[in-house]
Parts: sequence; structure tokens; C-alpha cells
Amino acid sequence: MSAAMLTLYHIYALIIKELLSTLKDPKSRVILVVPVFVQGLVFGYTATYNLEHVPYAVVDEAHSYESDRFLAQLDGTGIFDRVATLSSPTQISQVIDSQQAMLVLTLPPDFSRRLYAGETAPVQVITDGRNPMTSALAAGYVTSISARFNQQRSAHKPLVDIRSRIWYNPNNITRNMFLPSLIPMLALTQVMILAGLSVARERENGTFDQLLVTPLTPPEILVGKAVPPILIGLAQATFMLCLALFWFKIPVVGSLATLYLTIFIFLVSCVGLGLSISAIAKNMQQVMVYCFLLLMPMILLSGLATPVRNMPQVLQYLTYVNPMRFAIDAIRRVYLEGAGFFAVAPDYVPMLAVAVVTLPLAGWLFRNKLS
Amino acid sequence: MNIQRFLALLKKEFKQLLRDLSSFLIGIVIPLMLLVIMGAGLSLDVKNLPVAVALEDTSPTARDAAAFLNGSAYFSPHYVTSSKEAVALLDQRQADAIVVIPPDFTKRLAQGQASVQLILYGVDATTANAANQYLTSGLEAWQAKWAAMHGEGGQSGAISVVHRQWFNDANTSAWMFVPGLIVIAMTLSGVFLTALVMAREWERGTLEALFVTPVRPLEIIAAKIVPYFTIAMLGLLICLAVAYYGYGVPMHGSLFFVLLASVEYIFVVIGMGLMISSLVKNQFLACQIALVISLLPTVMLSGFLFDLRSVPTAIAVIGHILPATYYMELLKMLFLAGTNMAIVGKNCLVLFGYAVLFFCLSLKLTRKEVA
Repeated sequence: MSAAMLTLYHIYALIIKELLSTLKDPKSRVILVVPVFVQGLVFGYTATYNLEHVPYAVVDEAHSYESDRFLAQLDGTGIFDRVATLSSPTQISQVIDSQQAMLVLTLPPDFSRRLYAGETAPVQVITDGRNPMTSALAAGYVTSISARFNQQRSAHKPLVDIRSRIWYNPNNITRNMFLPSLIPMLALTQVMILAGLSVARERENGTFDQLLVTPLTPPEILVGKAVPPILIGLAQATFMLCLALFWFKIPVVGSLATLYLTIFIFLVSCVGLGLSISAIAKNMQQVMVYCFLLLMPMILLSGLATPVRNMPQVLQYLTYVNPMRFAIDAIRRVYLEGAGFFAVAPDYVPMLAVAVVTLPLAGWLFRNKLS
Repeated sequence: MNIQRFLALLKKEFKQLLRDLSSFLIGIVIPLMLLVIMGAGLSLDVKNLPVAVALEDTSPTARDAAAFLNGSAYFSPHYVTSSKEAVALLDQRQADAIVVIPPDFTKRLAQGQASVQLILYGVDATTANAANQYLTSGLEAWQAKWAAMHGEGGQSGAISVVHRQWFNDANTSAWMFVPGLIVIAMTLSGVFLTALVMAREWERGTLEALFVTPVRPLEIIAAKIVPYFTIAMLGLLICLAVAYYGYGVPMHGSLFFVLLASVEYIFVVIGMGLMISSLVKNQFLACQIALVISLLPTVMLSGFLFDLRSVPTAIAVIGHILPATYYMELLKMLFLAGTNMAIVGKNCLVLFGYAVLFFCLSLKLTRKEVA
């Protein structure tokens, strides 16, 4: 057997052993598959900044044809759901404080008079700022409904016709942006910990020293330890992709090959991080704690929920070492925009840099740190 | 319950705690890191949004129409002379929105039928949404000003929406995020801390060693709860101090109820952690389950990012099963709005119920049996 064949054989044997030790336990198999589906489904339905219901209350001091017509437009959207009609502004704080209403409209007594006089009639919108995002969205809905109302009343066409088009996501559905981002996120949390535990478990059980005295060279051990979590991560990413494609019916605009290449590079960098942690930590518990310390900022500072551009400059620099940030950017672009390999290639550089640093580091630590 | 046995166990637990730094990492460093990094890093406001302005009409009027972009904190405009260049900027991800002012803008404006095209990068749906609103209202304001100056339009009157957000006087995302981050931090550290440390004892068989002694399950559990509770409480107090002094989040409600609810919630999460570890008796599984049932649902389903009143009903129902939802509602209300006894009372009762439920379940599950 040639040396190359022997190396491949060694790695193959180690991969099989690693996969067996992870997958032989039925509970482990369940924990690797079920959460991906459950979270994909639940978050797919929750992760929307498009409002479904807005409970609101109104103080109609105008009591006129015009105010009725305006409120009818609001009620007609099917989103605004009137929970109370108040008789005076003093009641506003009660419905907002008790969370009965998310938004309260006040139509002033001179509402119609001003409209007929050709003036502007202010409508006051008070929102519950405890969730400023939802309340800003709801206020935005009121603004666009009142714009439509103004247009219908006005005899003229508007001077400037503003036509908005949202590219790559024509109905601007937040879910479309969110689900592709879940592909790396759900894989990340498990793959990194799996990689981290693979060495630590052997250290804790004392079998790692045995592995070191086998004919396997440290690079072979490294590859053999790295491949199984990557394979598991690819499988999880595939589950999530199928969910996005077939359940939520979000088509992949770009090429699947580029998408998988991105996922693969991302997983390699995660496994590198996991294995480095594994080599540094003394036991399994430390691995999980360190992974956790890393996972939290990786997820939250990835641009998943809030744009990276909005973060303070210092944190923005910090995100350059976060493979998750670039994975999300690249996956979203390939998935929704149809970006090609060369368009997203700049995203690969930081991810590969993380892998290039962490994998050899882990390999070196395996040999040079015996417990 | 025998006090002497309990005290002996307690002494052992505290010794174990002090010997391993990872408990402090989980219980104090993770919450602090979350609060400091995320409180500063999460922001949903649109700031310095790169906008490509295609001035295909270079007349002063056309320039004036786009002038609202200059000097605005929301936008950083980049002027080009054709929509082609603007699209190129969007494709290179150097612009998130495009404003196209067509060549015949000034001419058609005089005829009262000008048009402006907005193109938004929909891959980031949240930003696209906000950018669309800001750009549209900026253009509309200019149009109204222009019409007033040239004596056109205006005769039919129009509604203007005046939006005020309550409970967030500083209008910063930090105010909204910080109470929620405390909930996430407590959930994470509480569940993770207990699940991990207990699972290790199961896995290593040290609990079995305890079982052959005369101690009762109640004593084991009580002795475990006290140290974790101490750490979690310490983490909480640090979080509250950072929120109040660091971020200047007001405390409009009563501190007593904040502490009461927090104590209840810490019992809930510790109970969850004990349950998980008694069920799976394995560190990897315990860690994964803790992640799946604590971190992600608390971020996504408890009303932290997505107001549960405006999500689909099924999701709202799932959200209301989570204890975190009630703690989230309480903290947001007590920090930002004030003490509304009806809601505070109800939520404190619900949390109390959960605490008792999880405690009883974990007691039932921690029977003296050999795995």
C-alpha cells in the first residue's frame, strides 16, 4: 500500500470511528436532527417584521364623516384591530400601560374643519415604546394608510410619483432574509460543540493518548477529527435548506454549488475554532463553556438580527474575525440575490483566514499538550 | 430533610464551585458580556445608510429634491450620474438603496407629473423597510415644500401623522434591549450552569456515589440549588447595576418586584437545568438541550425582538408557554413603564407556578437509581 493510500485509509478509519461514536447513541441522533426542524419551522414563522395584528385604540374627538372614513380604512386592512374606542385622551395611558393596545390614534376635534379648509390635519399616534421596533413599524403602517387616504381625497395626482421597488425580495418579507441565515446559525451551534467535544471527550476518558501512539500522524488525526463534524454540519444545512425551499417555498436564486461551497468553508472555520478550543480546554465542561462564550457574540454580532453597520465601530472591527458574519452575508446573497462565486469570494477570505489559523493551531496543540 | 447532612453537602458544593472557574464564567462573565457587547451592539435604527443617488437630471431642482440626504444621520449619499452606475454600486454592496431622478424630472415636475424611482436592497429586509419609509417621507416633504412655494396642490388638505413613542424617551434601542438582554442572560446562565454541572456528575458517576450514602434526593437538590442560585443572583445584580448606571435605563417600577420576579425566575431556570440533566445524564446532550430550549426560544419567542401581539396566533401560543415571556414582560414594564399591579401580580404568580412545577419535576426525576 502506497503512503498516500495509507494516509487516506488512516483518515477514513478515524472518520468512521468518530461518526460511530457520535451517532451510535439514539438520543444524540435525535438532538442533531429534531432541533433543526423545530427551530427552522418556529423561527420561520416568528422571524417577521411584517406585522400580522396591531391592537389599537382610538380617541375620535372629530366624530365626522372624514374621521369615520379614515378609521374605516384602518380597520379595512385586516391588520389593525380596534380593541377600544376611548372618549378622552386621559384614558390613553391606561390602555397602553395594560398592554391592551399597541397604538393609540387621536383625531383632534378640528380634524374635518382643517381638512375642508385645505390645511394639514395632524393625527397623533402614540405607540408602546417597550418594543420600539414593532411600534415603529405599526406607526409606519399608519403613515402609509394616511398617505393613501390623502391621495384618494386629493383631486390632483401627486406632483412626484415615488415608485419603490425592493429588489431580490419584492414583497419585502423578513422571513426570506431570515431563513437563509438560519442555515449557518443552526449548523454552527452544534458543529462547533461537536468538534470541541471530540478531542476533550477522549482526553477525559484517557483514550486520546492511545490515539497519539497509533500509527496515525497528527495531521491525519486533525483531518480525521475535522471531517465528521463538517459532514454532520452539511447534513444539518441540507435539512434547513430543504425546509426553506420546500416548506417556506423560498427559491434559491443563485447556484447550489456556490451555496454549498460557502457552507463548507464556513463549517471548516467553525470546526477549526471548535478543535482549537478542544485542544486548549482541560475537560468537556470547559469546552462547552468556552464554546458558549464564543457562540453568543458570534451569533449576536453576525448581522442576523440587526445590521452590522449599526454597531459601534469597535464592534464592527471585531466582526471581521467572526466567520458567521461573512457566512450570513454570502449565503443571503447567493440564496436571494443570485450572487456568483466571484461576487461573494471576498466573504470567503476572512472565513478561510480563521480556518488557516485555527486548524494548524489545533493540530499543534494536540501533540504539544498532553494532559 | 436533615440539616446536618444538608450543610455537609452544601460545603462540598461550594468547595467544588470555587475549584472550577467555569461556573463563574457561565454565571457572571456570560451575562456581563452579553449586556455590555449586545447592549451597545444591537441597534435597529438606520444610520449612515449608503444611498446611491442617480442624478440623471442635474438641474438645481433635481439636486434640491435629493438634498435632504445630505447631512442626515440616516444616510450617507453617493452621487452618480446614471442609474447604471448606481446599480453597479448596489451590486458591489456599496449602496443599500438607490434613488433615481430621471432626466426629464424638472420638465415633468412643471407639468405636475414627475416621478422618482427608489430601489432597495431587499436581502436585508429590515433595513430596506426602514430606508423605504425614510426616503419616501423625505421626498414627500420636499414635494410639499415645493408645491407650497409654487402655489400648487395643498387645496385638498391632508392628514399628517405625528408619531410619539412612549416609554423610550431617549429613543435608543439600548433601552428596549437591555431589560430583554437581562432575561436572556439569566435564562442562559441559569439553565446552562445547572444542566452542565449536574450532567457531569451523572456522567462521571459521582451522583451514584452520593446515592449510596444516606442523603435524600431533596437534600442533594437543595444543596445544588443554593450555590447556583448565589452565582445567578450575583450575575443578576451586576446586570441590574450595568443597566441602571451603565446604560441609564430608568427604573420606573418598583425594585422590589424586579427582585421578586428575578428570584422566581432564577428558580425556574435552575429547575429547568436540573430537569434536563436528570433526564439525559450526558453533558453533550444536556448542553444541546439547554441551548435549544433556553437561548434560541428566549431570543425569538419571548417578545424580545418580536412583539407577541403581532405574530401569528400559533407562535403567540408557543411564546406564552415559555416562562421567559412572563419575565420579559415584567422586566420591560418595570424598567420602562412603571408598576401595573394587575400584570405584575399575574406574571409573578405564573412564574411562581413554573418554579414550583420545575422543582417538583426535578425532584421526581432525581431518584436514587443507577443509570
